[in-house]
This record gives sequence, structure tokens and C-alpha cells, in this order.
Amino acid sequence: MVAAVGDRVVHKAFPPITRHTLALYCGASGDHNPIHVDLDFARKAGFPDVFAHGMLVMAYLGQALTDAVRPSSIRSFSTRFAAITQLGAQLTCEGHVAELLEQNGERRMRLSLTTKDETGEIKLAGEAIVAL
Amino acid sequence: MVDQSAVGRCFTPVTARVEPGRLRYFFNTLGETNPVYRDGAAAQAEGYTALPAPPTYLFCLEMMDAAEPFEFLTALGIDIARVLHGEQRFNYLAPVVVGDTLTFRPRVTSVTDKKGGAMTLVVIETEVTNQHGAHVADAARTIVVRNEVAA
Repeated sequence: MVAAVGDRVVHKAFPPITRHTLALYCGASGDHNPIHVDLDFARKAGFPDVFAHGMLVMAYLGQALTDAVRPSSIRSFSTRFAAITQLGAQLTCEGHVAELLEQNGERRMRLSLTTKDETGEIKLAGEAIVAL
Repeated sequence: MVDQSAVGRCFTPVTARVEPGRLRYFFNTLGETNPVYRDGAAAQAEGYTALPAPPTYLFCLEMMDAAEPFEFLTALGIDIARVLHGEQRFNYLAPVVVGDTLTFRPRVTSVTDKKGGAMTLVVIETEVTNQHGAHVADAARTIVVRNEVAA
């Protein structure tokens, strides 16, 4: 893969997150924390509504990443969950080449990753190290 | 409140199998259409022996097959309604594919109070090995506990 610092190599937009998505992800992920699917529980915990699993949002970012690079080339993938992702959020994932480097005798790139909602608020900020 | 005594604490290891049907359900949920995850020939062309697990799926496998998926919360006396996921990291050392049986070994590696005790960050690192004993990945999650602060 040819890459230069500053290149945007990851870019993908996703449909709005629905309650149905959250219910399906609850089952698909094994994360049965009721805060993501049970409105009564979420309200009791002090939230106005249910909200997306952080790992659902990271899964979307992972999907955007492996649309752009081979899954087997990813050496590490990390994110910080900067803000709660609300119902209805329309997420856009992006990744730019932050650095080209050599590690363990391998040429790699460090991608700077973000997931934003339709208002531009950053939900996830992270990075991936990817072999070239 | 979680304190430094939790550091070093290990939780029950989890053994999980990468099952094709469960993985397909995960992909359907996410609208994943990438052939490398869906088509055996495309996966083989990428050098995999079977369909690969996507980058975040290790986290799911550990929860799906745990006898107590929230053991780390109950064991540390944390109310599930008060936790948020702060950070997540994966280091990938070898491929994970459908049919693999993985073992997850989680342990607490740090506990840090923030904002004068209003929040506590707990880091849990998990070593992942496969059925051949190969170390395939390390995962680290940071959970944020919103502590009850006396008014």
C-alpha cells in the first residue's frame, strides 16, 4: 500500500443508529448491559434515553478500517470513547496517515482515527498501527 | 469504591469458540459486506485458513461465553448502571478465524481516581491465546466508574 502522511485512507458513513440496532448488537456482542436497550433502566441510571454501546461504535470504525486495509495487516487498534453516542446518530469514520514508521523490521503506518456524528462531535478518537 | 487493592486481581478465564453463525449475526447487525469476512475464497486469497474475526470481535467473544460476563463488576463491587467504557485497545499478534477456540485471561492492571474521586478509571488487560497455545492478542479496556459523591 502506498501511503503518505496526511492522506485520508479511511472514510465511511453509516446509517442512523436505531433501537433495533442496539437490540441486535446486544445479542450479537454478548454485551447485555440493560443501559443500552432498556429505557427504564437507562432513566433510573440518570440518562435521558438508551445510548449506543461504545463497542458498537468501535465495530463501525473497525469496519471502516478493514474496508481500507487488510485485516491481517492491523497490528493494533485503540480508541478513547470521547462522548456518548445517542440514538439516531449518523456516524462517519475517518482515518488519516499520521506517521510512517518502522517497527520490528516492518514498515508500518500509524493512522489517526475518528468517529463523528452528524453534528461533527467526536465520539471516538483513536489510532491503528497497520503494516504496509 | 474500587481502590488500589484491586490491582493484580485476576478473573475467571473464559474459553470461547469462534462460531460461524454467531459471527454472521454480528456482521448482519453491522451491515458488514466485505467479502473477506463473508466469502471463504476471498478470505483464503488474503492468506486466512478460514473466515477471519473482525478487529473488535475478541471483546464480544469474551462476554458471550463467560459464565458471568460482568464478573469484573460484581467482584469489584461496581454497579453496572454507573460504568462507562472509557478506552479500548487491541494488539494483534496472530490471526483469529472461525473454528478457533480462544482463552481469555483478564486481570486488573491499574486503578486511578479522577476529579477528586468523582470518577475511578479501572484498566483490565486480557491475554488471548488459541487452541494451539499461541498468544494471538492482548486486549485492554478502561472502564469509567461514576462514583456516588456525597452531596
